[in-house]
Amino acid sequence: MFYGIDLTSRLMLGTAGYPSPAVLRAAIAAAGAEVITVSLRREGAGGGAFRDILRESGCRTLPNTAGCHTAREAVTTARMARELFGTSWIKLEVIGHADTLQPDPFALVEAARILCAEGFEVFPYTTEDLILGEKLVEAGCRVLMPWGAPIGSGQGLQNRAGLRRMRGHFDGLPLVVDAGIGAPSQAAEAMEMGFDGVLLNTAVAAARDPVGMARAFGKAVAAGRAAHDAGLMPKRDMAVASTPVFGMAALS
Amino acid sequence: MSVSVLGAGVAGLCCATALAERGLEVEVIAPRGAPAPVSLLAGGMLAPFCEGESAPPVIVERGQAAASWWADRVGSVVRRGTLVLAPPRDAGELDRFARASTGHVWTDPGALEPDLSGRFARGLFFAREAHLDPREALGTLRRRLEARGVRFRDGPPGGRIVDCRGIAAADSLPDLRAVRGEMLAVRAPDVRLTRTVRLLHPRFPCYIVPRGRGDYVIGATMVETSRAGPVTARAVMELLSAAYAVHPGFAEAEVTETGAGLRPAFPDNLPAIRSLGGRIHVNGFYRHGFLMAPALARDLAGMQTRELHHAD
Repeated sequence: MFYGIDLTSRLMLGTAGYPSPAVLRAAIAAAGAEVITVSLRREGAGGGAFRDILRESGCRTLPNTAGCHTAREAVTTARMARELFGTSWIKLEVIGHADTLQPDPFALVEAARILCAEGFEVFPYTTEDLILGEKLVEAGCRVLMPWGAPIGSGQGLQNRAGLRRMRGHFDGLPLVVDAGIGAPSQAAEAMEMGFDGVLLNTAVAAARDPVGMARAFGKAVAAGRAAHDAGLMPKRDMAVASTPVFGMAALS
Repeated sequence: MSVSVLGAGVAGLCCATALAERGLEVEVIAPRGAPAPVSLLAGGMLAPFCEGESAPPVIVERGQAAASWWADRVGSVVRRGTLVLAPPRDAGELDRFARASTGHVWTDPGALEPDLSGRFARGLFFAREAHLDPREALGTLRRRLEARGVRFRDGPPGGRIVDCRGIAAADSLPDLRAVRGEMLAVRAPDVRLTRTVRLLHPRFPCYIVPRGRGDYVIGATMVETSRAGPVTARAVMELLSAAYAVHPGFAEAEVTETGAGLRPAFPDNLPAIRSLGGRIHVNGFYRHGFLMAPALARDLAGMQTRELHHAD
């Protein structure tokens, strides 16, 4: 449940960098995504035509504050997003470093406090740091979005141990792995680990066939989630034959 | 029956040219005080194979005829191909581009452009691509049309309307949207590049088109917005830093011009000819104006001549 909303598909798609809006629409459909993120900082109020196309997809929109480097910028962008999209959902991104696009944890918490107090339902893009996560929850966030790897890098889950710890620590809180996912196997892995969703953009948008890749990611996320729900077997050090030896001819 | 072409940008002038060359009576309606065509801000690349990296095959197939069409009519076509580069740490982008496009060979950038020697270990060379100077090309097309007796005038259209007004036609084409582009022109006498250079960068891609005598056009951003205003500081910063990554000589360049324009685009980012409300629209050229206008103008002229024959 993301702020009281239950989703069938746990794949959330970014909408930047596709060959065309038509391809984007087809990719959203092929992925079966129900939530799409949209940036606003650069496009501003003049981006209405593109937003209309996204609205027609029927997806729930999660506007983001991509491109914001200060809490104030992010808060202003979030307010504008609420007005333009008519939603209180906001994916809060406050970038600390232009090169790694790593979140600025201090500005993130500051912006989250302001926005939660104003009634926003905040999806903060964060690191796997537990204390930072706690501060965000304390600020009022009911979802956390830890990064898998730097935005657009396609490196997959860089800190598995940290993400696993985070999953264990925030038991029951919806966690979405956001950013850095490059391949469907990585998305499936996040879901197998018990994450509640995966958000990605470049891996689909920059694929040679974005629609085909969107379909692959949709299946991978569904498979990972089904696997987690079904209960993965524990890893063992020794081989265990799946067929018992009793009853077989013992030749000695 | 005569044809009135609305708009004197690349779409309008190509359509008027194709119609006039088929012997049709043509006039071009270009109101005084109308904004300058955004095609004047274009890079003028005739790069169907590079565009194929993200555009559908129809752009690659039909765009290949553009260079000859232009070379037969205007003076500024340069057929020296396109050199595609990536910063060393983004070398993977080059491999991806190579997989997603055709018509290229791997090359040593310094062998093609001596000014770049030692700066890039490898690049992609698209030998069959070309570029032109939009200002020369559109100016020449207009003079050729006027020499044929085509009138450029203000006032109500007298013939069948072919609407080539670009984004201004969004009033009658509801699915036409604006994709903002920003560009710079610089004078960099220290830089000697003889062909279009594209830099692949995950966040700040750019192209550099030589205009001769040390003049270059650096473009272009792609922003999903209808905001028309002047270039943003961010665009200037990104484009210049990308150009600087190609050649540090750009740091000493004089910025001679900045420009921002709205590309007209349909949802599939492909140009189209549409009959609607008693007029024919030729629109949606997105970033393929100089590349695709000749092909659509040819289609249009074919349609018009057929219809006129039926009318006879």
